[in-house]
Amino acid sequence: MSILVDRRTRLVVQGITGREGEFHSRAMLEYGTNVVAGVTPGKGGLRVLDDRVPVFNTVAEAFAETGVNAACIFVPAPFAPDAILEAAGAGIPLVLCITEGIPALEMVRVDHVLRDAGARLIGPNCPGATTVGEAKVGIIPGNIHRSGPVGLVSRSGTLTYEVVQALTDAELGQTTCVGIGGDPIVGSSFVEILELFNQDPQTEAIVMIGEIGGDEEEKAAAFIAAEVRKPMAAFIAGRTAPPGRRMGHAGAIISGGAGTAESKRAALEAAGVRVADSPSQIPRLLREAGVR
Amino acid sequence: MKLQEYRSKEILARHGVPLQAGQIAHTPEQARVAAKELGGRVVVKAQVLAGGRGKAGGVKVAADPDEAEKHARQILGMEIKGATVRTVLVAPAVEIAHEYYLAMILDRAAKAITVIASAEGGVEIEETAEATPDAILRLPLHPLIGLQEHEVRRVGYFLELPGELRKPFGSVITGLYRAFVESDADLAEINPLAVTADGSLLALDAKIVLDESGLYRHPDLESLRDLDEEEPSEIAARDAGINFIKLDGTIGCMVNGAGLAMTTMDLVKLAGGEPANFLDIGGGAKADRVAAAFRIILDDPNVKAILVNIFGGITRGDEVAHGIVEARATLSRQVPMVVRIVGTNAEEAQPILAQASLITADSLDDAAALAVAAAAGSAA
Repeated sequence: MSILVDRRTRLVVQGITGREGEFHSRAMLEYGTNVVAGVTPGKGGLRVLDDRVPVFNTVAEAFAETGVNAACIFVPAPFAPDAILEAAGAGIPLVLCITEGIPALEMVRVDHVLRDAGARLIGPNCPGATTVGEAKVGIIPGNIHRSGPVGLVSRSGTLTYEVVQALTDAELGQTTCVGIGGDPIVGSSFVEILELFNQDPQTEAIVMIGEIGGDEEEKAAAFIAAEVRKPMAAFIAGRTAPPGRRMGHAGAIISGGAGTAESKRAALEAAGVRVADSPSQIPRLLREAGVR
Repeated sequence: MKLQEYRSKEILARHGVPLQAGQIAHTPEQARVAAKELGGRVVVKAQVLAGGRGKAGGVKVAADPDEAEKHARQILGMEIKGATVRTVLVAPAVEIAHEYYLAMILDRAAKAITVIASAEGGVEIEETAEATPDAILRLPLHPLIGLQEHEVRRVGYFLELPGELRKPFGSVITGLYRAFVESDADLAEINPLAVTADGSLLALDAKIVLDESGLYRHPDLESLRDLDEEEPSEIAARDAGINFIKLDGTIGCMVNGAGLAMTTMDLVKLAGGEPANFLDIGGGAKADRVAAAFRIILDDPNVKAILVNIFGGITRGDEVAHGIVEARATLSRQVPMVVRIVGTNAEEAQPILAQASLITADSLDDAAALAVAAAAGSAA
């Protein structure tokens, strides 16, 4: 068990013939992910990645021909909302969008349509999800993981890798690592991913990596207090960020006193979560909580 | 991207919002001419992005062109919260009978455009929210169909608008909504929305903040950016495709990814140093972008050391290593550099860094500590 992706994942990569799409599809294949199809309009009929993956013009064709059940999107921002809708429209239940720079108003509409269609969206502007030893969907480097009992959910990209590396170095392996994305409007929330980890029998402990801005961490704290009995550790990035400035992630902006690292830390600690000062402290906090 | 009042009003006017327009002036003489053309009493308003212009003395009423020129002379060049006033708006003064607050925001929690309205306008909405939260209506709009007639009515009744103002209010709120959607805004605010003594509804002040991610499809709006109120280094960074925010410390940071960049700043502080900047070189950063990042960091004379922290996902470590070495050769000023590269193609990066004899670190805590020590050393 694990969450979101595993051995049964049959992945279609949208934008597979682009530079990043091809580079990361190769890495996904090398990790052992079942990349069974690619989609690039106008390149249908081609085979890529040493002839291993057929390319289709549409997701519907890829779905009909190869039975894909998850989509990973590397399409440039102006075309990515359409790509997400195409995947959900073809009946794919799980869509992970790596693309950054999508206008927030597009995501307001896209998120609504996907929820209506019953499809789960991860991202955009996220690194994807990896179930250790089974499937890597997205851009999280494959070699930083180790198999074990810790589930990880994060709003960041590279900061996720940092924490995974710290866990692995401390011989604390992972079940699944998920990046939900740093944009103001993302498909899946912390709470939705925490629900999955909470129900997953293999996940014995959970790490959450938040950052300043918004109130997702506070909502997660309320959910944790009510539902989660598994040990948890967290880190909140952006303690030193000046108020009112946008720190790259469109979502990471503090306005007034709301959304500060301190308010998020306080909410999480009140919910029984151990909060670290540095990503490197997370393994120790998990050990202190009894994680083996 | 924040727009000045007069730019925000231009956008609202295009969508049929009735407002107090006026003319802009860059010199006291221009202000006099504007006041003369407008006739009667005028208000001279500093155009800066910061709030609290009135309290800072940046908004003044003038009885005639002479006084408008005098006020403009005082206000132009004034510093308001760190920004120098370079432009004033000269607009007809109006007699205000009542002030409302009306705004739309992109509400992250509701995942919708949300109307915010209050019958207590003219003050900061945060103050109203604190003092009398019940005096504020928050109304999330449907993601697909947007603002509907019944919602316009609902906001109108909440504000207890007199009957004769219902129809003009409809034009204000639908215009505000269209302006928001068609310019990809994060925030569009009218405060105050005034009822004048003669009974008409006018937007007296307006503020629009645009979603940076939406700008690619509004090239006309990109030109409304106020470069005078931005750090030159931040402008250079944006042109190079880099997310950069200047801070006051001595340790320049170059990081890939916003979350990791914030964490790197946090750890520099935890190690006893002060970060000189936030810098995210973005995904897939190439050598030329890395070089640009170094030049931008070193333009700040306070920078005594640079901490490079790259965890490869989309960004490939060897490309960054090449970029560092190439860029270093072209730099006019040398400071100690601590380099940490891990993740995708990190192994290929190591010999490149070793050959250039840069300080390297495996862990982020160590890298931060080394950078703090290096900055202290080079400052002494």
